[in-house]
Amino acid sequence: MKKNPKLICKNVWKLFGNNPKDFLLKHNNNPSDDTIKKEGYIQAIRDASVEVFENEILVIMGLSGSGKSTLVRCMSRLVEPTIGEIFFEDINMGEISKKELIEIRRHKMGMVFQHFALFPHRTVIENIAFPLEVQGIGRNEREKSAMEIIELVGLEGRENYFPKELSGGQQQRVGIGRSLAVKPELWFLDEPFSALDPLIRKEMQNEFLRIQSALKKTIIFITHDFDEAIRLADRIIIMNEGKIVQIGSPEDLIMKPADEYVKEFTEDLPRERLLSVKSIMTKDQNSKYDVTVYENEKVFKIVEKVLTNGIVRVIDNNNKTVGSIDKETVSRFLYN
Amino acid sequence: MISNIQNNKKITFFLLFIITFILYFYGKEIASYFDAKWIIKYPKHYIFPISKYTSLFVKWLMDEATFGIFSFRDLTRFIAWLIQQPYNLILALISKGFLQGQGQDAVEILPPLSWISVITIIVSMALYTKDKILVALVAFAFFYLVIFGQWESSMVTLSSIIIAVPVGVIIGLILGILSYKSEILERIISPILDLMQTVPVFAYLVPILVMFGFGPVSALIATIIYSMPPMVRTTLLALKSIDPQIKECGLMSGCTERQLLWKVLVPVSKPTLMVGVNQVIMLSLNMVIIASMIGAGGLGYDVLASLRRLNIGVGFETGVAIVVLAIALDRLSQAFVNIPARKRKKNISFFKKNFNIITLFIFIIVIYLLSPFLPLIKNFPENLVFNTSLFWEELVKYININYYDNLESFKVTLLTYFMLPIKRFFLGIPWPWFITILTITGWYFGKLRLAFLCLVLSLFIVVTGLWEKAMITLYLCGSSVLIASMIGIPLGVWAGVNARANKALTVFIDTLQTLPSFVYLIPVVMLFRVGDFTAMLAVILYALAPAVRYTAHGIKNINNQIVEAALICGCSPRQLLFKIKLPLALPEILLGINQTIMLALSMLVITALVGTRDLGQEVYIALTKADIGRGLVSGLCVAFISIIADRIIKSGSNKLKDKYGMI
Repeated sequence: MKKNPKLICKNVWKLFGNNPKDFLLKHNNNPSDDTIKKEGYIQAIRDASVEVFENEILVIMGLSGSGKSTLVRCMSRLVEPTIGEIFFEDINMGEISKKELIEIRRHKMGMVFQHFALFPHRTVIENIAFPLEVQGIGRNEREKSAMEIIELVGLEGRENYFPKELSGGQQQRVGIGRSLAVKPELWFLDEPFSALDPLIRKEMQNEFLRIQSALKKTIIFITHDFDEAIRLADRIIIMNEGKIVQIGSPEDLIMKPADEYVKEFTEDLPRERLLSVKSIMTKDQNSKYDVTVYENEKVFKIVEKVLTNGIVRVIDNNNKTVGSIDKETVSRFLYN
Repeated sequence: MISNIQNNKKITFFLLFIITFILYFYGKEIASYFDAKWIIKYPKHYIFPISKYTSLFVKWLMDEATFGIFSFRDLTRFIAWLIQQPYNLILALISKGFLQGQGQDAVEILPPLSWISVITIIVSMALYTKDKILVALVAFAFFYLVIFGQWESSMVTLSSIIIAVPVGVIIGLILGILSYKSEILERIISPILDLMQTVPVFAYLVPILVMFGFGPVSALIATIIYSMPPMVRTTLLALKSIDPQIKECGLMSGCTERQLLWKVLVPVSKPTLMVGVNQVIMLSLNMVIIASMIGAGGLGYDVLASLRRLNIGVGFETGVAIVVLAIALDRLSQAFVNIPARKRKKNISFFKKNFNIITLFIFIIVIYLLSPFLPLIKNFPENLVFNTSLFWEELVKYININYYDNLESFKVTLLTYFMLPIKRFFLGIPWPWFITILTITGWYFGKLRLAFLCLVLSLFIVVTGLWEKAMITLYLCGSSVLIASMIGIPLGVWAGVNARANKALTVFIDTLQTLPSFVYLIPVVMLFRVGDFTAMLAVILYALAPAVRYTAHGIKNINNQIVEAALICGCSPRQLLFKIKLPLALPEILLGINQTIMLALSMLVITALVGTRDLGQEVYIALTKADIGRGLVSGLCVAFISIIADRIIKSGSNKLKDKYGMI
């Protein structure tokens, strides 16, 4: 299956300092970390290239200061990259006019912010209808669409509340609703749940997955919480000090961490709950064992079966044999 | 090593102190020994006549400068005309009525709004805030104006406020927005605002007087210029402190630049902006009396005229009227800041929605139509007007007859043992040494930059030949600030540790700050007549508030865990205060003293009216002679003194904060 890239970043750099463009040019657009530091520049993003595919949830993960927020802001052109190109549906974002950019934002992009960024002087419905208001849509029409959104994010009955009358979780529901008001194709979420309590965070993550399963947007999701990344992501980008360290599925990261930095994140995770059989089985289409497990089952669910039977056959959703898995493999996986 | 540096510092301080005292006691002898009189007195023929050149420049500006199609004079005339129109309209509406013809032959075409209508409008505004105490306060204030016969004058004053405030707010808002958008403009505007807020008002009354002539328009322009700077600052501050995510959200929603400004940035910062509006109102009221020096009528003129005639009773009565008006307008505007956003009611008709406004409108029209037939409506019946001026006069007479000796001995004691030594000290130190000390202090707190600033600004005062007057200003300011701090800081500490004291003091301090500066002169003149002592008392009263407020704030804001830690260590309340709270609140207290100095300096110019011989007097003389150069130069000197004090104290406070890791 060929995947369609919705957004492409090509060699994006972002440096802060005096005239960073000339500085980059002087060093053939590839200065070393030391040169950057020595000449007094701050490296926010270093040579980032990413493709974001249609309908996927791409999570950008990194500690604070790793450049993830800046990268997302370059994608939405809230921040101008120093050099590099960004294509959104084949439009070169660096070349379009201010007016075209506004049009794209009005119809194709939505963004959720860490601290909600609700307008304190507007009620829930006025906040959610705001993106429609700036497009010049009349009050009745925009409030009708806003009401649909309010139902989607589960805030019925609170449409006339002011933000400060809502709890944190409810406020972020408004933030999510507002970002969805224009039915965007590309949905940015910048650490949307970081400011919430752990329990509410979990609830909101589920809520987010529910909404996504209904809407199927292309999503770029920032977080510094690896558990959250694993839970939500189709693919994860790990960033460190402005560099993209690794791009891959959650399983890739756990099984084949690109470096120590990634490994440190993945080490203490309950891997048997995160990884599926597929990622540790031996590929073997001819195995003949009677007991079967599905390749997409998480490892912890099949441990007992394997341990009692010694070895089991792995099949895919069409009941086709794809491999086998034995006691030693499972033990090694569990205990190292 | 560290203690070594500390010791060196101490020795240096000690030495400087000794030298200062030697020079103070023997300066004259030393000067005559070396035959260098210039050490004591800056020679006259080296005075650089900046004031003369300034006056010449303004004369050229008024007489000859043109912008091609129109001259500078045309421009000022146009501005004056522009302001005159709405002012005339409002004035006619609430005070004078619409007249045809000039002067004595004028015929009233339409009467002004009745006092009943004006009070109804104001009280309805108070009702809108749903604050019952406020309604009572506003009603009381305006009925006071009617019953005590201040109505006509206060409506003239109110008209100028009604014009000056919106104009000041709009200009301030625009300048604030522009400087938010352009960093270059911000850098240009910021020092100008600094100067505008430190140059005493009188100083720029002079050029306004020359450019726009004597009359209410000049007074309005002065009021606008005086009251606008805080609006610019608040706007800039409000816009800058908006959460960047809010701005990004606006952008991501596809706002154009204009939509971003008017639909996101300005509404989001509205609460802060309203604080700026309140400031503009307060400063406009503060100008009421001062502006009457260049032609504003109304309450200000009444106060000024009675003060000049030493007609204490009338002055006091009118002063109270200004205070009452100021408090009412201040509280009203503050209440509008705090109105909670209300839920929008859906599906109700226009009539129902605006029921209150429509009723009010109909009421006013009915009253208006009735007013020609019912004299009670047109004018409050004169025989019901109270006149208390006699009472006040008698009271003052009584006090002076019975307590004259006590008051006088109090005054003489403070003068001889407190004020005069300070005065001699400042006048005794040779100016080159004083400048050296200032520069060293600047160096100590802010390195080269501050040292240079201190040097240049103080040299300016010397070469313009105003050193001695500046020293008198310094002595008056110093002794007032000293006493204000001695009263204010303990009060602040008290408010900081005791919640009930805090509540009471807040009301007291708020009221003190609401009163126009001029008003403070009235009671002290009543009791102590004119002179330095009277001036000092007025300055202390006016400048007391920040010392209390900042100290209380500093004490209250100490991290609670630190207090708990000290208590666990076994501090007694006294130890807690002196070992923990006061040292930690010191940076904040310093800022309070700084504000006190700023207020004292601005008040000193006004106290020139009671006969001080300082820079304020210089400015005041310039005003009466319409001598632009003289007024501007001596005004700048006052501004420079306050800038030097401000920069040194602020860097000191920051140094401390930095040391304690509070920034």
